[in-house]
Amino acid sequence: MKKTDNKAIKKTGLGAKASRRIDNTVVYIVLILISLIWLFPLFGLILESFKVEYQGQTGYLWPQQFGFDNYIRLFKETDFFKWFINTGIMGVCTAVLQTIFVLSMSYVLSRLRFKGRKGLMNAMLVLGMFPGFLTMILIYKVFSDLGLVLEMAPVGLIIVYCASSGMGYYVSKGFFDTIPKSLDEAARVDGATRFQVFYKVIMPLAKPIVIYTILMGFMAPWGDFMLASYLIHQNSAGMNVAVGMFEWLSKTMVNSHYTMFCAAGVVVAIPVTTVFLCLQKYYVEGVTGGAVKG
Amino acid sequence: MKRLNDLDYLKLNKFGKLLYKLKLFLFAIPVFFKNLGLKIFGAIKGFGLGIKNSVSDIAYTFVKGNWAVKLSFLIFGFGNFYYGQILRGILFLLFEVVFIGYMIVPSGGAYWLSKVNWFQNGATVGTVQGEFKYNELYDTDIWVAGDDSVKVLLYGLLTVIFIIAFVYTWRMQIKQCRICMDITAKGKKVKSGKDDLRSLVDDQFHKTMLSLPLAGILIFTVLPIIYMVLIAFTSYDAAHDGYSNLFSWVGLEHFNELLDFGKGGIGLAFGEILAWTLMWAFFATFTNYFLGMFVAILINKKGIRLKKLWRTVLVMTIAIPQFVSLLYVAKLFDSSGIIGKLLLDWNLIPDSMLAAKQFSLWQNPISSKILLIVLNIWVGIPHIMLMATGILMNIPQDLYESSRIDGATGWKQYSKITLPYMMFVMGPYLLTSFVNNLNNFNVIYLLTQNNQLINTDIGTAGGVSVCETDLLITWLYKMTLNSAESKYYMASIIGILVFVVVAVLSLIVYNVMPSTRNEEDYK
Repeated sequence: MKKTDNKAIKKTGLGAKASRRIDNTVVYIVLILISLIWLFPLFGLILESFKVEYQGQTGYLWPQQFGFDNYIRLFKETDFFKWFINTGIMGVCTAVLQTIFVLSMSYVLSRLRFKGRKGLMNAMLVLGMFPGFLTMILIYKVFSDLGLVLEMAPVGLIIVYCASSGMGYYVSKGFFDTIPKSLDEAARVDGATRFQVFYKVIMPLAKPIVIYTILMGFMAPWGDFMLASYLIHQNSAGMNVAVGMFEWLSKTMVNSHYTMFCAAGVVVAIPVTTVFLCLQKYYVEGVTGGAVKG
Repeated sequence: MKRLNDLDYLKLNKFGKLLYKLKLFLFAIPVFFKNLGLKIFGAIKGFGLGIKNSVSDIAYTFVKGNWAVKLSFLIFGFGNFYYGQILRGILFLLFEVVFIGYMIVPSGGAYWLSKVNWFQNGATVGTVQGEFKYNELYDTDIWVAGDDSVKVLLYGLLTVIFIIAFVYTWRMQIKQCRICMDITAKGKKVKSGKDDLRSLVDDQFHKTMLSLPLAGILIFTVLPIIYMVLIAFTSYDAAHDGYSNLFSWVGLEHFNELLDFGKGGIGLAFGEILAWTLMWAFFATFTNYFLGMFVAILINKKGIRLKKLWRTVLVMTIAIPQFVSLLYVAKLFDSSGIIGKLLLDWNLIPDSMLAAKQFSLWQNPISSKILLIVLNIWVGIPHIMLMATGILMNIPQDLYESSRIDGATGWKQYSKITLPYMMFVMGPYLLTSFVNNLNNFNVIYLLTQNNQLINTDIGTAGGVSVCETDLLITWLYKMTLNSAESKYYMASIIGILVFVVVAVLSLIVYNVMPSTRNEEDYK
């Protein structure tokens, strides 16, 4: 390759240890700055949720008067509790159903070989290129005939979230790909059926990806605005938190609902963040393991 | 063109290398299209051969089969009964009975098919228009419902699918007769119903496992997408909602609107929005990618402590539901938000914006676009950081050591080892994240919807006012959200175009990506 670089010589001349110390100090400063920037909105949200003196935007962070007024108003004066329960139910149901769908899809595509497997995967790749929510034009119409919109929207939404979730098989397929094939073969030689291989050999090994899938399923309804707003259509009884709280920041309502939004944001963030941070390990595993192998 | 070997390539100077690469790329384009053409040709040929084989197989079965097989050309499953496959026979027969029953009952398949008027220009979907009629009992005009075009088209489509399934099943059971004939001719036993059931958890386990997810995808994705494509050829909009006013087939008429480049024209709007969408996706993907990788390298640098803490801080932002953080952050930069106020107090707002009373960063097209990209960095870095951390740990350390001995500095190592390695592993991810960013509804809509900035060049297009920061997806969203202005047909047309754009981009990227070209390089 190339000859020795001049810079390298200069650097060693300074003394490797000293230069590393300076480097690390710079890195620490950058990391602290990054952390501050990333945490700022979170702190802001919490602080402003305790602001009592004015219910709109004040333009400063620190409350002049601390209090729980916003939280009390939240549960007394609005439908927030209803939205919260709606979203929670959706989260749990989606987590269960989606896991079944995604895992069976990805397991089959990863470990079984059958006619049409490649074609199926290509077809799903192509399908995924359509803007998926345009399907809502038809789904809304059909669901409104079935009565699964407005106040019954949570049920409709669970179906929408889960039904096509098999298309998101990539991450867990990547995980299944990493389990050695010889395990299956050994079990097959011992006379296990394909089902037994799945149930008794692979599933016990797949705990991380199962938890990852459950976690993703649980989080989805908490953040979904687009599909939910379609089916809910301004009906307060059927709202999830995202659609419900979105209105509070509109130009007409922001002056009376801003601090309440912050309070609601904190209430929403607590369960989701707790669950997430507890299962962080599995999330990281899923993202780093499965996603890049695709 | 002549390919250089590695040694010759390394002899070239920088400019020569670049030229060589460019040449390679240019020469690859015709080859790509040639291969594509060959592939399509091959597929058509394969399809034709398949049909030919099928027909000859059917003829053979009919000629050589006994009376039961011949009968099963009319009555499904008869051959199966004859050969002792009771379970399959019953299922086939049941299917036929249900199909024929569905087709002939009043308001069944035949009824719907007759109402659709497939693709006849100007003809309505559905035949009976609902109207107000005088009702003596109530002594007033009362709405008498007619056809609902949406339903007519849906049931028509379902019937067509059912017919295709019927033909397929007919073919399938004939094939099975043939198989049974062959097996018994050899003197072996055919599979019994019990065998069939057992194979569902064994040889045919994939069918059991796939049935549920595939059914979901067929009903909730494939069917609606086909429906959506059909809608593009009709006049379905808020005024012709199918119920109070039937909509009709218009052929390619609405596609002409794409050529309308005047103010408020779809062509102009589509062009401008597409340009911004592509720009957005490009910047959003690559700023995230490089900065996220940078942060990951910082955190994983040797001698840095509290690695877990730094990581957790960033992961926190993934954990908080996006709509909470995004809506909150959007408000921070508002004219009365904390940061907006600070900028104002410190006189950091350009005078031109102050003079126009546009002191919110959201009130200026350029500043709001830049702000979106910056805020998206805030959203996206944690994801990339996590992923990059995993990959960084997998890079063989001896690469770094040997390069250090050769005298490579930090930057050299980064650009010659880390970056190519990451590029290789994360190539597919970059592509998906680019496509996701093209359709990144959440970030754009949640950040800008409460601070709409109408695009004055375009004004209204497709029935909705277009914002400066609208992506194709948010534009589509507004167009289809049930309102008096919804133009579903336009949404469908643009949906098809979005598909074309995404598919073409993916194809190109997929073909120039290192991971697919030289797969063995880093293994």
